[in-house]
Amino acid sequence: MAHPEYKTMDVRGTPVRVMRAGKGAPLLLLRGDDASEGWRDYMSTLAQSYDVIAPEHPGFGGAAKPEWLDGVPDMANFYLDMIDAMGLQGVRLVGLGLGGWIAADMAIRAKGRIANLTIADAPGLKIDGVEGVDLFLVTEEQGIKDRFADAARAEAEAVYKLTPESEDTRIANQMVIAQLAWSPRWHDPALRRWCHRIDLPTLIVWGAKDAIVPVAHAHEWGKLIKGARVEIIGDCGHTPYIEKPEAFIAAVSKFLAEERVEA
Amino acid sequence: MKIFNFHLMPYAHANLDEIRRQGTSWVTYSNSFYDPKKGADLYHEYLDQLEFADELGFDGIAVNEHHQTAYGMMPVPGVLAGALARRLKNADLAVLGRALPLVNNPLVIAEEFAMLDNLMRGKFIAGFVRGIGAEYHVMGINPAESHARFHEAHDLIIKAWTQPGPFEFNGKFYKFKHVNPWPRPYSEPYPRIFTPSSGSLDTIRWSAQHRYTYCQTLAPIAAVAQTFKLYREEADKAGYQAAPEQLAWSNAIYVAETDEKALRDVRPHLEAYANDFLSRNPVMMSPPGYSSVASVKRVRAMKQFMSQRQSAEDIIAKGVVIVGSPNTVREKLAAYQDLAGFGISLTKTQFGTMPHKMVQENQIAIAKEVLPYFKNRLPQPIKAAAE
Repeated sequence: MAHPEYKTMDVRGTPVRVMRAGKGAPLLLLRGDDASEGWRDYMSTLAQSYDVIAPEHPGFGGAAKPEWLDGVPDMANFYLDMIDAMGLQGVRLVGLGLGGWIAADMAIRAKGRIANLTIADAPGLKIDGVEGVDLFLVTEEQGIKDRFADAARAEAEAVYKLTPESEDTRIANQMVIAQLAWSPRWHDPALRRWCHRIDLPTLIVWGAKDAIVPVAHAHEWGKLIKGARVEIIGDCGHTPYIEKPEAFIAAVSKFLAEERVEA
Repeated sequence: MKIFNFHLMPYAHANLDEIRRQGTSWVTYSNSFYDPKKGADLYHEYLDQLEFADELGFDGIAVNEHHQTAYGMMPVPGVLAGALARRLKNADLAVLGRALPLVNNPLVIAEEFAMLDNLMRGKFIAGFVRGIGAEYHVMGINPAESHARFHEAHDLIIKAWTQPGPFEFNGKFYKFKHVNPWPRPYSEPYPRIFTPSSGSLDTIRWSAQHRYTYCQTLAPIAAVAQTFKLYREEADKAGYQAAPEQLAWSNAIYVAETDEKALRDVRPHLEAYANDFLSRNPVMMSPPGYSSVASVKRVRAMKQFMSQRQSAEDIIAKGVVIVGSPNTVREKLAAYQDLAGFGISLTKTQFGTMPHKMVQENQIAIAKEVLPYFKNRLPQPIKAAAE
């Protein structure tokens, strides 16, 4: 499949760059700190069965940080606005890493247009005694190593990510990430309080060896969201869609196929 | 030139081996290495040194604010400024400065500075800073909001000092139904303001626009000269000519009988200061949003440089500090003033691990051999480097 390019759309005055490809029900893919990157293989696989919509987060890519952006709840409301603006129905909402935190917050707030929820290796909850790597205190190189169980994959990913061309974008994106996740560090105390409002079929998928958001978080999300299914991918770090794409796609495809809904 | 005696009040008994193992004296260097008995002695020695500086004829005394580090033991500088305010006979007293974004309620700073200005009957200088990058890790303040918080806190403090209260303030970060702080400042309309910075263009421009005295933190003299030139250009753009007393260079000076003795005396203390107490961890020092993309890239490019220890000779040769015989120190200070055009020297006489007696001898030497030669001295045009 030819890789789609970013196209800019406007959501209530905020420009947002979106890649879109595939046929089928809409699948809104919210990524994490990689949300300025181009199209990748796991997205092509999803696009064989779904209309994959992958936005770059507002404020990413060197755009000015939007005036309205103070925290993850603002990001969640923004993407609910975006779904409305695009007129999407029966959205398969898939959030990876930081995108999973945003997706869970969206599911708490409104669900009319959302059919089901998948979150992978998402921060957002605080579990006493469970500590991940503080990504704000390590170099980018070290942060990539920490994301992978397999050192060779980490090295390949570092070559892919750490290009001189993308350095400005990466530094600028970190500012938006800090806006969302600096304090409280990578969580929102209110999130846990309202997770019971998520009333959607939910899949929690996680790398067993995630050093950033340890696997205890997968089980915690599983407890907080009623009826959620938890799938753990063995020998895998923080980014299963990169490190174990087959296992990741298998888990997600199976869940989405079971959760067929009227579009 | 006005010469202030500036103190960082480092925890001079820090375990340097542990700091080297951690790669930093900030954030992760455990406070279990702080011994309160030794710390208490240091506080009193350091305050004695600053009171002594007043007796010796330094133009001003300056303290500052740092959090959760062995680099400086003054998280609440007002405590020390308060202790000094009752003792100083002649010198100005400066707090350089309080880290506006790191203090959750800026009105506390408006109150503290107004109290000090009253105690000092106007011989007080208020410093405003953003705090060091590492401090955002330990104070729970979001570095992505650092600039915005700084500006809003500044505006609130100035308003609290100038607009009769009570009034309402509704900012993005700070909201008060009733603002009415007592006491009001002694100075009319408010104390002199200094803005120390490591040289970010935004701060230089903002400081010049407000006609605040800009203080350049520790840097090679060539970089200091460049920064001060930018300030003068920004002042020109704002429609006025910057005076030398709007530019302050933060340095360290050590004077001994000969250059050789001075270098020998100063080496362990200067090298500990530059290599161990100062943080050389670029990730910790540049949290996201604290600096512009360009600054982050500049710091990253310095990684190689920062990972290498600097010798006392390097630090002296770059003109970060001045060390030597009376004659050498006078010549260099005059040459640096002419090169960079500053009217104020913020001079540390103690740094790193330097012990009390050595500091006092240094202060006496500076008072005798340097201060008298620089009273009222202004930057002179440089003949050799004429354009």
